[in-house]
Amino acid sequence: MIEVQHLSKHYGDKKAVNDISFRAEDGEILGFLGPNGAGKSTTMNILTGYISSTSGKALIDGVDILEEPLKAKSKIGYLPELPPLYLDMTVKEYLNFVYDLKKCKLPRNSHLKDICSLVKIEHVYNRIIKNLSKGYKQRVGLAQALVGNPNVLILDEPTVGLDPKQIIEIRTLIKKLGRNHTVILSSHILSEVQAVCDKIIVINEGKIVADDTEDNLSRKLSSDHKLTVRIEGDRDKALKLIKDIKDVVSTDIGPGKEENITEFRIEAKEGKDIRRELFISCAEAGFIILEMRSSELSLEDIFLRLTMGDGLHDNDGGED
Amino acid sequence: MGAIFRRETLSYFTSPIGYIFLAAFYAFSAFSFTTTSLQYGTTRMDGMFQQLMVILIVLIPILTMRTLSEEKKNKTDQCLLTAPVSLGGIVAGKFLAALLIYIMGVAITVVYAVVIAAFASPDWNVIVGNIVGLTLLGAAFIAIGIFCSSLTENQVVSAVISFITMVALYMFSTIGQVIPDDFIEDLMPNLGPVWRTVIIELIVAALVLGCFFLFGKKAGILIIGFIAAIILGVFAAKGELIPKIFDKLSFNERYVGFTLGLFDLSNALYFISTVVVFLFLTVRVLEKRRWA
Repeated sequence: MIEVQHLSKHYGDKKAVNDISFRAEDGEILGFLGPNGAGKSTTMNILTGYISSTSGKALIDGVDILEEPLKAKSKIGYLPELPPLYLDMTVKEYLNFVYDLKKCKLPRNSHLKDICSLVKIEHVYNRIIKNLSKGYKQRVGLAQALVGNPNVLILDEPTVGLDPKQIIEIRTLIKKLGRNHTVILSSHILSEVQAVCDKIIVINEGKIVADDTEDNLSRKLSSDHKLTVRIEGDRDKALKLIKDIKDVVSTDIGPGKEENITEFRIEAKEGKDIRRELFISCAEAGFIILEMRSSELSLEDIFLRLTMGDGLHDNDGGED
Repeated sequence: MGAIFRRETLSYFTSPIGYIFLAAFYAFSAFSFTTTSLQYGTTRMDGMFQQLMVILIVLIPILTMRTLSEEKKNKTDQCLLTAPVSLGGIVAGKFLAALLIYIMGVAITVVYAVVIAAFASPDWNVIVGNIVGLTLLGAAFIAIGIFCSSLTENQVVSAVISFITMVALYMFSTIGQVIPDDFIEDLMPNLGPVWRTVIIELIVAALVLGCFFLFGKKAGILIIGFIAAIILGVFAAKGELIPKIFDKLSFNERYVGFTLGLFDLSNALYFISTVVVFLFLTVRVLEKRRWA
């Protein structure tokens, strides 16, 4: 479990992290989402004790990282943005070094073997790290974080520089690890966080702009009253029909590829559900509805709206 | 600490640095031994031991230049600083590894002593004293080198800073001889002794304040510093203290005693405390970096 209370880090006048608070429970994967320079890495560096916070507390399984650093650090596995690899060592030497460094008590050979098979680096085990590809270096970095089987895993942009196949492998691995570890994962790739995390924190300019599960975020920001509908039949007649429905505010015609099928984007008054009426009207008039969906915002949209200061976090998406 | 010590020792031999250091040390010491002992047909080895000090000033920066600067540059310090190891443990591990390589170099002098013994029995007590002295001197230089390496990310800069520091320490005795005993009076001839004391107190107080801000604002540093400053200032105003301080701080002066076969405990303690002070300062630099 990780608990962060009012954490701040100032560099001179610049506030890299500004009063951040959040919690991650056991067996939870927390996604840290934000543009480059938002303060993700700084927060992670504070959590792992690499740098100190200006004010605030960070508790790892209830242990304060500043007060009992050695005890707290032994509970953490950390993969920094750039994997901290000694390039002149072999993977074997390096992992054995980390094993000694962390004063690990698990049986050495079987433990390291398990980790290697988990991140799939067995066949480069005796090679010098300098000669490995970026993807393998990243995996060795992940392996290093897993040594000692720590409760808490902190991964700073774990899939950067990997090819699509490796990205999927690493994501699957992180999901698997998330079942019995607390994982904090940072990324500026929205689909990644969407795919892996149970809970998402959006951070920008050192502040949390949203803290919720992805579903809740979408619900908060989504607009049930906006519909996208694909209808087969005469376009103008259909348009007139839709406009006649009560509570419809505006109707746009979207891009259409198929003949005789039109995509409409309908906006109703806020809080009004017009789906039933729309269905009945179309059915009576002989139009066939091929598709109807409410235009929910994707994480991309949420992210942009939150960080671009769309005014949204002033009323409902703010720091909760 | 053990893990860092082992990794560091091995890394001296996975990179060329360990080999270069040892090869250069063996070559220079052998040359020095041949020209000062063998060719003069004497069992005395103090000539070689004195020359070795100069060689160390060149070689030790090579040995220590990458210890901490490289870690910082490659971000591998993230691995060490987020592991359950204390800063003291990290610095001590690195120091002991460098010391081990250095001792592997110094061990060659035993071979030279044995070579001498084949001709005539040397004064073994003097030789043991020499080797102990050389080891202590090297340990102090290594601590200085590690401290310099913690200050920068660049190996070359680190080597140059430690080289300059060591040369300065080497030259302290000469500086001490150049400064006349009454130089404070010469510096401020129109002032009475009271004013001289006040001015010196102010300078020392400024230095203490500087340390206070540099090494984490702790009240302890301030109080101890000021008490030391007052005592120091009073003595300094009298004049003969400053050349004396240079003389006492001089590595050369301290080390020459060993080469002449004088085992003075204060000289040994001086080198040991240099090691402690510079390793402590290194820990402070690492600590301070976390708070910056």
